[in-house]
Amino acid sequence: MRILLQNIHKHYGAVKANNGISLTIEPGTIHGILGENGAGKSTLMKILAGYIRKTGGEIVIGDAPASYRRPAEASRLGIGMLYQEPLDFPSLSVLDNFMLGQKAPNPPFSKGEAGGISAAEGEIPLGPPLKKGEAEIRERLSDLSRKFNFTLNPDAPVRSLTVGERQQLEILRLLAMGIQVLILDEPTTGISGEQKERLFQALRKLAAEGKNILLVSHKIEDVALLCDNITVLRHGTVAGEMRKPFDTIYLLEMMFGFPPDTPSPSGAFPGKQLLVMEQVSASGGRTGLKNCNVVIRQREIVGLAGLSGSGQELFLRVAAGITPPSHGEIRLRDMKMNGKDYHAFQQQGVIFAPSSRMEEGLIAGLSIAEHFTLLERQKGFWLKRSASAEEAKRRIEKFRVMGNPETPVQSLSGGNQQRLILSFLPEEPALLLLEHPGRGLDAESAHWVWEHLQSYTERNTGIIFSSSELEEILMVADRVLVFFEGNIIKDLKTEETNIHELASAIAGRIS
Amino acid sequence: MKTFFRHFAEIAVMLAAVFAFTTLILEISGASAMEAYYHIFRGSLGSWVRLGHVIKAWIPMTLCSCGLLCTFRIGLWNIGVEGQMMMGAVFTTYLLRLGAGSNMPVLFLIFAFIAGAAGGGLWAWIAGLLKTKGGVNEIFAGLGMNFVAQGIVLWLIFGLWKRPGIASMSGTELFPPELWLSHLTAVRFSPAALLLALLAVVLTALMLRYTHIGLNLRAIGSNPRAAYLLGLKPGRYILLAMLFAGGLAGIAGTIQVSDVYHRLLPAISSNYGYLSLLVVMLSDYNIRVIPAVAFFFACLNVGSIQLPMMLQLDSSLSGVIQGVLVLATLAVQAWKSEVRN
Repeated sequence: MRILLQNIHKHYGAVKANNGISLTIEPGTIHGILGENGAGKSTLMKILAGYIRKTGGEIVIGDAPASYRRPAEASRLGIGMLYQEPLDFPSLSVLDNFMLGQKAPNPPFSKGEAGGISAAEGEIPLGPPLKKGEAEIRERLSDLSRKFNFTLNPDAPVRSLTVGERQQLEILRLLAMGIQVLILDEPTTGISGEQKERLFQALRKLAAEGKNILLVSHKIEDVALLCDNITVLRHGTVAGEMRKPFDTIYLLEMMFGFPPDTPSPSGAFPGKQLLVMEQVSASGGRTGLKNCNVVIRQREIVGLAGLSGSGQELFLRVAAGITPPSHGEIRLRDMKMNGKDYHAFQQQGVIFAPSSRMEEGLIAGLSIAEHFTLLERQKGFWLKRSASAEEAKRRIEKFRVMGNPETPVQSLSGGNQQRLILSFLPEEPALLLLEHPGRGLDAESAHWVWEHLQSYTERNTGIIFSSSELEEILMVADRVLVFFEGNIIKDLKTEETNIHELASAIAGRIS
Repeated sequence: MKTFFRHFAEIAVMLAAVFAFTTLILEISGASAMEAYYHIFRGSLGSWVRLGHVIKAWIPMTLCSCGLLCTFRIGLWNIGVEGQMMMGAVFTTYLLRLGAGSNMPVLFLIFAFIAGAAGGGLWAWIAGLLKTKGGVNEIFAGLGMNFVAQGIVLWLIFGLWKRPGIASMSGTELFPPELWLSHLTAVRFSPAALLLALLAVVLTALMLRYTHIGLNLRAIGSNPRAAYLLGLKPGRYILLAMLFAGGLAGIAGTIQVSDVYHRLLPAISSNYGYLSLLVVMLSDYNIRVIPAVAFFFACLNVGSIQLPMMLQLDSSLSGVIQGVLVLATLAVQAWKSEVRN
């Protein structure tokens, strides 16, 4: 199917997320949508997927103009989207998730295109109808899974899956629904290198079958590696287009107007002991945290590496006083902190910035200025709105958040929300605990953010951050702790290690 | 201002839909809808005395609604407002019984208000503690506390405080007239009570909009986890909001005892607590709309008393109208958020 997007507009009040975007997507190609955070990529794709309604413009599918208002209608037209956060049900099994949204097994699902199963016409199942359907669907799932070289166990609960496997499941589910146009929003965030390779192979196979694949990303390497065509978006408009082979420098210029450079470790000399953990264990997450012995010093930047859910998240929360440890001792400077809550840690200068922006970081419904009012701990009974508005204005300028003090935080794009959360950090904290500070930021923003964070170390601040990107850790951290199954299995200086050693360590292989 | 008008227009459309539905029900039951509406209108706004009755119903509903707005702001369903009102009435009755025969009735009346606020506040505070310390959902805690409060009221009326000679559903003995809130004779409502209700509206509006408490309630109500990470203590504000809502409901109970009935009745709350939940929802949680909606509900309640006498219709028709109204509102709100997305 050829898809034409013509002059698409999406306005949120005065903010023009999409401002007249036109592009053509040829069948049988992988089309990349590249752009920095807030360029309008996700908005455009969500319009195509029926998740957001456009303010203006036209979508032509095949040769007829299409108008649809919700995702279900879009998927009937053959358009399906893999969202940044997988939309699955963690407590159900892989098979149950796969069955959701599929048509009843009798008559069989869609006009199966990938080795479909056809039940005999008019046959009425004798056993319990669900059971019979389940056997067919199970077979269908394993057929599809084999075809793309995916490794899914139909009976495993989805909560035990990695992000990459959840993606695979969602792709298979969409394909079984008869999707012809597959949209992927930042699919390479948070998955391992091996899973990325599997994903790319699957996408190439699908394109060869004549499907349209749309890949949204701010990672230029991924897009350049996989795509046949690339459209670069900038500030809600098309900045340029390019066909294979790609010129990366030229693409970067289209994205940012100039090519960004990369930060490097601060190389600051560590100071006095700041945070000490002795034999600390805690329960929670998939693996818990087991017997941690760590000393973090002033001016140190420490990266936490590991597969998602290996204990890094819990480590940060225990270090912040949010999750109490079940064993062991935590000391800040020389003060024993066991049994104290996050607010007591805050008073000692420990600041935690969560990665789930709208769940833990920001309050939907409140404006940017109101967040600063909460942060300022103003004295007195009455709100001093103008003071917070000024502070908000100062910070959003400094942190380049696209919005004004009155903007409600939920209407900011993901990257802007991330920058806003970082702008909440006080001027002179003792210890910063940052969960995935670079997640969802494009290269230029990430560079700027890390330069800013590194400047904290000049004021004796220690920084601990988790990241799923080993490159990021090697680039900015002085030291790296590798987590595996709730244990710290490596504690290395970044200058004395390399990406291969780290990559095998996070998989549990220690030489 | 524009949003205010849009809100107004939405309410008008909704009212039309609701009246169409109610008319249908009336016509099915064989009564003349127009006549029923006419009697409700005459019964509520037909004379100064009747307007006085409407205002008497408006005062406790408005007081409860103001308190409920705070608990809704922090994301709580304070369904226990009914019991909080009853306990306000119980504490007030205790004080006024002490005051019977004393030579300082005004002092006892003032203390009666404080006792009412304390009674309602205590009941809400217990529900709040169950929520923050025990993890009990505030709806279940409130509902349970309502039953306990109703039990206490009945036990007092038929036991400890029963009338000399015979205990009866008509309540405790009347207080001496010097312990009644003074009335304007022409309209038969107490200016002091009206003043309190108006004050509650103004103070609640100011608090929610211009103080840290208001912002903090909203922050915690929208996202307690993020609010905690930003430095707020959700448990503390939950108790504060509950105390405020319970206190205002308790004062509503005080007014029911000292101004409306001059005694403790089994049905002392007149269901105004539950109705206030509907008032707040129908107002879209907007303090500027609450007084108007509460007035409308008061008119329906007072006016429908005429129906059994004039048309042999049960007065529960007002309940039908109020219920349909709220369902229609919730439908419109759901539709609005659908359109917005």
